[in-house]
Amino acid sequence: MKTFKTGGIHPPEQKLTSGKTVEVMPHPQELAVPMSQHLGKPAKPVVKVGDEVKKGQLVGAADGFISANVHAPTSGKIKAVKQHPHPGGQYSMTVFITPDGKDEWLEGLNTPECDWKKLSKEEILKRITDAGVVGMGGAGFPSGVKLSPPRDKTIDTIILNGAECEPFLTADHRVMIEEPEAIVKGLEIITSLFQGQVSAYIGIESNKPDAAAALKKHADSKGIGIVVLETKYPQGAEKQLINAITGRTVNEGELPFDKGCLVHNIATAIAIYEAVCKNKPLIERVVTISGMEIHTAKNIRILVGTKFSEIAAFCGSMTEKTNQVITGGPMMGKAQFSLDVPVTKTTSGILFINNRGLEKSGEKTCIRCSRCISACPQNLQPWLLANTAQLRDFDTIELYGMANCTECGSCSYVCPSKRELVHWIKYAKTLASKRKQRQSA
Amino acid sequence: MEPLKLKVSYAPFVRSKDSIESVMYNVAVALLPATLVSIYFFGWRALLVTGVSIVSSICFEWAIDKIRKKPTACLDGSALVTGQLLALNLPSGLPLWMVIMGAFVAIVIAKHLFGGLGFNIFNPALVARVFLLISFPAAMTEWYAPFSVDMQTAASPLGILKTDGLQALAGFNTLDAFYGIRPGSLGETSILALLPGAAWLLYKKYITWHIPFVFIGTTMLFTGIFYLIDPLGYASPLFHLLTGGLVLGAFFMATDMVTSPLSLRGQIIFGIGCGVLTAIIRLWGGYPEGVSFAILIMNALVPLLDRWDVSEIKAKKQPSIKAA
Repeated sequence: MKTFKTGGIHPPEQKLTSGKTVEVMPHPQELAVPMSQHLGKPAKPVVKVGDEVKKGQLVGAADGFISANVHAPTSGKIKAVKQHPHPGGQYSMTVFITPDGKDEWLEGLNTPECDWKKLSKEEILKRITDAGVVGMGGAGFPSGVKLSPPRDKTIDTIILNGAECEPFLTADHRVMIEEPEAIVKGLEIITSLFQGQVSAYIGIESNKPDAAAALKKHADSKGIGIVVLETKYPQGAEKQLINAITGRTVNEGELPFDKGCLVHNIATAIAIYEAVCKNKPLIERVVTISGMEIHTAKNIRILVGTKFSEIAAFCGSMTEKTNQVITGGPMMGKAQFSLDVPVTKTTSGILFINNRGLEKSGEKTCIRCSRCISACPQNLQPWLLANTAQLRDFDTIELYGMANCTECGSCSYVCPSKRELVHWIKYAKTLASKRKQRQSA
Repeated sequence: MEPLKLKVSYAPFVRSKDSIESVMYNVAVALLPATLVSIYFFGWRALLVTGVSIVSSICFEWAIDKIRKKPTACLDGSALVTGQLLALNLPSGLPLWMVIMGAFVAIVIAKHLFGGLGFNIFNPALVARVFLLISFPAAMTEWYAPFSVDMQTAASPLGILKTDGLQALAGFNTLDAFYGIRPGSLGETSILALLPGAAWLLYKKYITWHIPFVFIGTTMLFTGIFYLIDPLGYASPLFHLLTGGLVLGAFFMATDMVTSPLSLRGQIIFGIGCGVLTAIIRLWGGYPEGVSFAILIMNALVPLLDRWDVSEIKAKKQPSIKAA
């Protein structure tokens, strides 16, 4: 079985919801649609308070090259445009919509399926960009930009990421079982944008044999390779996935296209298919609601902008023991300070957990067990990076390869002294980049 | 419902179950067969030495934590392991005040004066053992034969080899040595009792095979070469494997996380160094046994071995800095 070469860990999988069919959650009372649901500059709000909007209508326009459009998830009235807590941890300009219950599409959107093969490349890219499609695995890089790499880079491998290596999360897993056809079409569309011999793969961890089987039926005839990967974290990290499938190594400072690869998430492939063939903007996604402290763990299809509080209520509310609510997976997710935050295009999961035991343990001194070194998939020395970060020595830490850290958290996971290794590295990255900005200013 | 209090902390939100305590207590459990067998062989005196060594180690840890104004770590298992290892390295007839003194040297001098757990350069139990060996050479080499009723002292096989030469070892029984029926320190005699603990630590991945196997392999290779050249002048490598503290040292002392190198390359060099030094001391040194000295000398080189890796990482990024 294929896997990445160095490091990796085996956290308990905790896939509580892998057998649960995706449920559609009824529309909420109010939608809070953030203008920043992607990497890059936030979109500019193009609606005013009191405006009536139709489903799929543009409410935030892409501002600059690396940015993405934001659309109304349903029809209704604009209630407010103001700063609001964002699951990323900061505040973001947010458009509040009161749904009118009619759920009426804007004319020309959500059209019957058309044949994408008749469309020109420019038209396909335009539709993807217009629909506000971004990477739905977590980073939220605008897909239109990712699909237009610099001209001097030759892309020969397209990979769809169905590894879903984070514990708890099963959204991609369910989508692969329930919508394999759309995924394969999405991948075909992506592949068609590149000239020459382009191989297409879908990488799936071995703990999802049903997903691999479902996709195989549709993929085999199209020459798409289904690659079953060892179940090991972080198999779904971009650099690790490329290494596992192609054997190539993306070095420090390089991007996947430097090695001829492009990686897209499973959900992104569906969004691309719907944008191109159905003129459907990205306004909803499948999210795993899980964790030990939620009454009923579920996979739900949900409108972007739905608040966490309403989702908790839909899943039978959380227990009183809940002390952390996490967006994303437990390895790389973010803890929330409020349940007012909305689901965005990049929210793959919401976890309700009780982590009081972990809090108590606290950081102890390093006992030099070297587990962080063997766990690091990027072949770094996490203890050294963390020690240097604690000294705030930002010149030396770069020499130790800080930029190569993908922040997967494997080092913190294995540390018997419970040191916050990856946190210290992130801390140093943030402060080092701030210092650079100050110096250049 | 009460207003919800959400805690914001850093990812990852799941952690492995391993902790300093679990690592230490697993080592203690791995050493348990050796401790039990030593009590079986050497009687209540072995139990007394072990008990005094462990209790005084934990007490010194508690006291030094108080003096250093650190949160008490006397029950995190590291003092327990140090005490247990120290006892396994002592003869069963050692006066108890010397055992307490050894525990003091191990915990206070070798561990805490260097900065405490994680910062000590030398293996605390070995520093204590060598301290006692140099200070009280007579008491530290007064071995008792297993099951001796009249507390008759006897020389260890390595001691006989050093003083009387190979001819004096005619009655040496390989299988008896493997079981541990020979004079020696508490824990070093029975290879049979050490092996399950070593296997447990390897299985649980608390240690890797590199240091112990390279260490033992090098010692056997080195002594084996001289045995092949002159079988009448030198003892066989099997003899060297089964006598002295080679197995105890290789699996339980040289593998101490704090005092062994981080990288694979470092660990292999460390193992080779330990093996060669052990063999040299045993063949030509003034002491019959060299495992403790070999490990301590290689402990001193660990910071250098680690720095080699770090300077290589730097040199890759900045070619102007020369590696090592």
